[in-house]
Parts: sequence; C-alpha cells; structure tokens
Amino acid sequence: MFRRLDATGTTVRFSFEGRDIEAREGDTVAAALLAWDATALRLSPVSGAPRMPYCMMGVCFECLIEIDGIGNRQACLTTVAPGMRVRRQRGARGVL
Amino acid sequence: MAYDLIVIGGGLVGAAIAWGAAKQGASVALIDQGDIAFRAARGNFGLVWVQSKGAGMPAYAHWTRTSSELWPDLAATLAGATGVDVGLRQRGGLAFCLSDQELEDRAALLHRMHNESGDIGTRILDRAEVRAMVPGLGDRVVGASFCPIDGEAHPLYLLRALHAHLLQLGGDYLPGRTVDAIDAAPHSFTVRIGAERHTTAKLVIAAGLGSRDLAPMVGLAMPVTPLRGQIIVTERLRPFLDYTCHTLRQTVEGSVMMGDSQEDAGFDTSVGVPVLQTMAERNTAVFPALKEASIVRVWAALRVMSPDGFPIYEQSEAFPGAFAATCHSGVTLAGAHALALAPAILAGDLPERFTAFNSRRFDVPQA
Repeated sequence: MFRRLDATGTTVRFSFEGRDIEAREGDTVAAALLAWDATALRLSPVSGAPRMPYCMMGVCFECLIEIDGIGNRQACLTTVAPGMRVRRQRGARGVL
Repeated sequence: MAYDLIVIGGGLVGAAIAWGAAKQGASVALIDQGDIAFRAARGNFGLVWVQSKGAGMPAYAHWTRTSSELWPDLAATLAGATGVDVGLRQRGGLAFCLSDQELEDRAALLHRMHNESGDIGTRILDRAEVRAMVPGLGDRVVGASFCPIDGEAHPLYLLRALHAHLLQLGGDYLPGRTVDAIDAAPHSFTVRIGAERHTTAKLVIAAGLGSRDLAPMVGLAMPVTPLRGQIIVTERLRPFLDYTCHTLRQTVEGSVMMGDSQEDAGFDTSVGVPVLQTMAERNTAVFPALKEASIVRVWAALRVMSPDGFPIYEQSEAFPGAFAATCHSGVTLAGAHALALAPAILAGDLPERFTAFNSRRFDVPQA
C-alpha cells in the first residue's frame, strides 16, 4: 500500500514475526513495517482486534509492539537497528 | 430563590454531600472554585481502605466501615443514573511488610484496633501464606496484613459521576467561583461571590484546604493543613493482581499506580525524584517484575489534614444550619458522606456518632 518516495539509502535487516525484513537506515519500526505491507502490529488487549499505526508521532499508542522481547514499545518512535527482533504484541504487556 | 442546601467545595467531599442531599429531594447548589483550586480530588490514589483507619479513634474506624458498606449502593446508583462505572472493586486489601519489625508493628497495630473497634476480619499473613495468595512477590516480603473488605475505586470517574447525577437531579453546579464572604444568621446564609448572592437554609463548608478561611465566617473551626502525596503511574500491563495493596493498585485498565508518600511541603505540588525513587524501590521490592514496567506519569497532590488526621464534622453552634465536613479520604468516605452524612445534614442534626469528629477535640491542652 505504501511506496517509498526515495528507495535509495543503506539497507538494514531485522525480523518481524520471524520473517526477514529489509528496511532503510533511519526508518522507524512502524515505517519499515508499513513499507513492507505488514498487517496488525498488535492485537488490542480489550477486544482482540488487529491494530495498525495511526499518528506516527508518538501520541496515539496504536503502534505498540514487542521489540527484542520487551512489549509496549512505540514502533513509530523506535529506529530500526540491524538484527532487531520484532514481534506482534498480542494483548496487554505482561511483566509477571 | 433560596436553596435548601449550598455546599462550598466541588471536590469529592462536597460533591458526595451535595449529591446525597439532591437525591433526597433537596434543592442544592454546589459552589466550586475552579482550576486554581488545589483539588485533592483530582490527585487521589483511589483506595476504599478500611484496615488501618481509626487507630486511637474507634468512631473513625466505624465510620470508615460504614462507608465501605454503603459504597456498593453508591456505585450502583451512580452507574444506573449516569452510565459511569466508577470501578469499585472490594476484593480485599494487602499491606506488605518488608522486615520482621514491620510485620510485628503491623500486627500490634491491628491487634490494638481489633480491641478498640472490633473485628473486621483483618489477619496477618506469614511469608508462606501471602505467597499462596499473591504470585510474583520478592524475597524481601516477610508477610502482610490482609483485610477482606478493603478495595478501590476510580476517583476521577467518581467525581464525574457525582457531578453528572447532581445535575440530573436538578442541582445547580456553580464553578469558577471563589467565595468572598458569607452573611450568617441561624438557618439563613447568604454566600457572596463578587456581585452574586446565593441564599440557603443550610450550608456545608467542604472546600478542602480552602475551608480553613471559610469556616470562621460561619462560626466553625477547620484548622486543616496540606500534606503532599506523590503518585507514580506505569504503562498498562496485563492484570496480575487480584487484590488492592496499600501502596500499589492496578487499575481496571491495567495501569499500576504506586503511592502513599507523605511530605510536609506546604502548598508546593511539585514532584521530586528522591520520594519517587523511595516509592519505586519499595514497590519493586514487593513485585520485582515491575522493574521492567515503564513509568508514564507522576504527579503530586495535597491531602487535606486536620491536626490529628481524622475528619471534622460539626454543626456551628453560633449559626445552626452551617456544617463543616473535611477529611483526607474522600474516596473511602464517599459512601458515608453521600448516604449517611448528607441525610443527617438535611435533617438538621448530626447524631451521636458524629460527636467524636467535633473540632473541639483540638482545644484540649496536650499533656
């Protein structure tokens, strides 16, 4: 659905749900996953409904995702790093 | 037009009394200062807490219990009328102890309260018992006290629901008003706000820290002072706690709130890292997994404290019809304020059970 205006730049590779994803250096996790046509970055803790990034500027918390084993990370505020392991967040983050 | 009752103070104490009176059919006005007020009601932690309330004052222990018993009726009535669920959960409350000395002191306090004011089922849990009830406790937890009738509610929803239903019941909410003066005569009061005049047969001063200056206008004494409390709120987490804890609770939405700091800081409502750090350290000693949780908000608010920390309820002797109402537990006591105190005020007489709350107790010279 989304098309990069400028497809040049250094490539960064990370994983989403165990699949290898190619991003550009400087992409946020949310931008990289939207460019890759990911669906449902998380499942709502209230209704279980699939959710996608919305505001892309850190205020709506729709893009919460699990990064390197830690939940409730804001995909739109986190820059992709090589080897990052990203997973869909299913429901609320649990610490216990 | 003259009202049956004017309440000065639109926080939890004033709103509960105004609502309780309106529900009985009285014509009521609730005068509220506005966003310049300190508004303890908007910084509240949200406990409906019984187990440790009223050591040294059985009347307060019993009053707190009464409120806890009336709370379900309050919550159900508000939900039915306004659709606002105030999040009341009375599942029992735990106060964790992190040393043998703390556990001994806690046991002694509860034993004394049991002897003074009766059994409410509070018991001391040892290391193994508390772990059988609550998963995820840290090694430093040596035990806890547990009271089956303790609980919690959402203070902001409560305030909103009380205000909303008061309006539905025909009450007048008059915000953005600072009372300049009160012309007092027995059973007749005129509240002056700029050029406005509001007349009433009964008047309640429930203006939190503002009560100190208002009370003398109608022959009452409310010598209250601020006591700062700070609160930490984490991101929303999967529910892990089946009980309310004295310094920690998980809201219905999943946020974990930590609280119960107490500082004499005058009217300063700023937060400070040393106190927040102490709160976080203690609560992560109880639940080490919370070290992983992100903090999303902190705030400070001012409790309204009388000299002995107990509530003040009394009717003015010089100007009958004027009443004082103040406490630092506006959530816990909301049930009693709405459904027991308000009817007594409307009837014009505070029964025997309120005698112990008279401010005359502060006039006794200390030995």
